[in-house]
Amino acid sequence: MSASEQELNEFRVEVAAWMKDNSPADPGFLLPQTFMEVGDERQLDFLRNWQHKIWSAGYLGMAWPKEYGGCGVEPIYQSIADKEMRRLAVPICFNVIGLGWAGPLINDIGSEEQKAKYLKGILNAEDVWCQGFSEPDHGSDLGNAQTRAVRDGDEYVLNGQKIWTTMGNFAKYMILLARTNPDSPRKYDGLSFFLSPMHVSGIDTRPIRKLTGEFGFTETFFTDARIPADSIMGEEGQGWKIAMKTLQYERGAEAGAAGGQSMVRMTVEDMISQLDGVRRDGAPVLEDPVVRDQVVEAIMEEKALFLGDRRARIGHLTTDYPGSLPLSHKLRGTEMTRRMRQLAINLQGAEGALYVGDDDARQGGFWQRAYLNSFSATIGGGTSQVQANIIAEHVLGLPK
Amino acid sequence: MSLIGNTTLTFSEEQAMLLDVAREFCRDKSPMTAVRAQLDSDRGFDQALWDKMVSLGWAGISLPESCGGSGLGVGALVPVIESMGRAMLGTPLISSALAGQLLLRAGDAQQTERLLPNIAAGVPATLALLDNGDWGDNGIGLILDDKRVLRGVKKCVPDASVADLFVVSVSFEGRAALAVVRADQLVAGALGPNALIDQTKRAANVDFSGVTVDEENIIVGPDVAIALRDVRLLGALLVAAEATGSAAACLDTIVDYLKTRKQFGKLIGSYQALKHPTVEILTATDSARSFIYHAATMVDDDVLDTDAEIACRMAKVQACQTLLYAGDRGIQFHGGMGFTYECDAQLYIRRAQWSQQQFGDVQHHRKRLAALLLG
Ligand SMILES: Cc1cc2nc3c(=O)[nH]c(=O)nc-3n(C[C@H](O)[C@H](O)[C@H](O)COP(=O)(O)OP(=O)(O)OC[C@H]3O[C@@H](n4cnc5c(N)ncnc54)[C@H](O)[C@@H]3O)c2cc1C
Repeated sequence: MSASEQELNEFRVEVAAWMKDNSPADPGFLLPQTFMEVGDERQLDFLRNWQHKIWSAGYLGMAWPKEYGGCGVEPIYQSIADKEMRRLAVPICFNVIGLGWAGPLINDIGSEEQKAKYLKGILNAEDVWCQGFSEPDHGSDLGNAQTRAVRDGDEYVLNGQKIWTTMGNFAKYMILLARTNPDSPRKYDGLSFFLSPMHVSGIDTRPIRKLTGEFGFTETFFTDARIPADSIMGEEGQGWKIAMKTLQYERGAEAGAAGGQSMVRMTVEDMISQLDGVRRDGAPVLEDPVVRDQVVEAIMEEKALFLGDRRARIGHLTTDYPGSLPLSHKLRGTEMTRRMRQLAINLQGAEGALYVGDDDARQGGFWQRAYLNSFSATIGGGTSQVQANIIAEHVLGLPK
Repeated sequence: MSLIGNTTLTFSEEQAMLLDVAREFCRDKSPMTAVRAQLDSDRGFDQALWDKMVSLGWAGISLPESCGGSGLGVGALVPVIESMGRAMLGTPLISSALAGQLLLRAGDAQQTERLLPNIAAGVPATLALLDNGDWGDNGIGLILDDKRVLRGVKKCVPDASVADLFVVSVSFEGRAALAVVRADQLVAGALGPNALIDQTKRAANVDFSGVTVDEENIIVGPDVAIALRDVRLLGALLVAAEATGSAAACLDTIVDYLKTRKQFGKLIGSYQALKHPTVEILTATDSARSFIYHAATMVDDDVLDTDAEIACRMAKVQACQTLLYAGDRGIQFHGGMGFTYECDAQLYIRRAQWSQQQFGDVQHHRKRLAALLLG
């Protein structure tokens, strides 16, 4: 039986009230805006507690089965909770690879043992997950990944190297793409997908310092590391297909994800309010005609995204190049964010050159750091250039 | 969310039906050969085709039922105009619709009931607004004197040579007013046809000097200034809808060529220097479509509110920028072929320049958006 409009509304009010009452106070250090920005134990502990609290209140994994830590209700409830978290800009649910990738996959095609073993720890944030896809020589060309997994009795033996592993040093488990067959005619068909433990001998991580000076991802080395053979998802050779399958969960709770907001969104409005008191040519910066023009452009770019989401739901208005709006969403959204954050700094005047740590930096250098971090989204998860290739080939039908 | 403001976007069944019909009609009746056949004709369109459009009811879509229209509002014209833009189909539909809107919004009951049924029935009408090349100039140079005689010239009056009715902005006793002039009232030689960059369009400078306006055809009062403002916004929206359609067609033309032309042994569409800008044209066109249908949702027969004004201006900005870019890259991506008259890319780049100059260019609207959004 599906929930009534009224029930949903009551739920919305309830979540909003809970979030307002329980959203943690400013901890006095800059909080990560995405899961790719968790750089130290302090941030990790903070986010772990917060996610645990949301889960305990029953606002995470709502559509996942009860016996595995979920609430077993319709996904619409989780979507509402997610919307409220976004709207109220509470801190993120940081265990994103678990909540949005590994968890839904296990729910979908995992065995009962796997569900019992993994799902609850994903939700309550006890078990941090990471993703081992990219390699030093194979990033955009992920299908060519060479890290080896060789079956040996009840185990697979892993050798090779992954890189850019977000939270690799904090993670207990990894979703891993490794090559089980180096001789397959198609490079994709030699890959397999594993739920690999991280705390075994032969797996070592080394944090990499990011452009912001902080930490967030690691190099991950595999040296004769042995993992149980039943860590494989599906069968040997199905790794690429399964990896592609995990992408569908990005569409949120309705598509199987546990929920929770994975990034704090910043709007043009936030960008403008940070300019309070900034002056240019002796007058408020927003009176400058050139600045005004740039800000209007930024507002339009953001509005176009909202309107695109609206139009995408109208069948009649999406017949030209179907798939165009959803397939270009990441490209448009991440590039807009990057440009908007860059503009935020440009408009600060001389203070734009200050950074986190300077007492005079606007909002503690928040926008400077946010701009540098914005590249996580234009590079991670498929670079903008690769996105453009995908759109050109799959939407416009242009040749490879 | 207040800066992003209203993001309503709905599409009625009537609009959906109009879109289907218009798409098909334009595809069948206005292939490129037909468009090209009109490029150097006097009138710029095929009368038989216009008659068919009228019989489909398009001339009256946005006019009230009491005046012989279908009462669907200007928003319902957007899918039709977008489809025409896609087929590069000219005709006086935009001019007539806007002249109708101006009368509807400013005229009294007697005037609208007398004048609008003709427009709904397909008698071409147009509006004469420009005294000079500045869309930002709210002054009116054309004078209507106390003997009801006009004195002055209007520039770039669209479809002037086929219009039976001109709705003219005039200065009357120092205030904005409208004068409705019939074509047969113009003196010989009053029309000075413009050579337009877009050869699918027609316009002329019109010298109204010496015309005595019928008393019943003078529209005065406080509604005039508001109607003039609103019709400029609606004009911006309809031109945006047309430009969006043209940008989509230009994109198709580019994609076709990128899929067929080979150099260095490869289809040129495999080169990212061409591929990625083409994706930019796609995403820009997507945004333009979102903006025009949002604006179509926001406008109705009432005085346009601030949300509607913002929507119309944004639609114009996005659509014109998109077509300017698409047309420009369209030439470049066809190489030497793109430099020819024969290549359709020239039609789009010319359309882009024309659209940009109707009802205020991109800069004009962004400046006003800044005032609306940032105070
Ligand atoms: C903050 C952050 C977090 C990340 N977290 C993870 C993680 O947790 N797990 C994980 O597995 N990976 C992660 N990644 C890695 C990410 O997925 C890769 O960086 C990305 O896929 C690009 O690969 P690369 O770094 O090897 O760049 P390359 O593929 O070498 O790209 C270099 C440049 O070449 C361009 N390029 C490459 N191929 C093409 C092409 N065909 N056409 C046009 N241009 C091309 C790219 O756009 C880029 O500009 C993370 C990355 C970042 C930045």
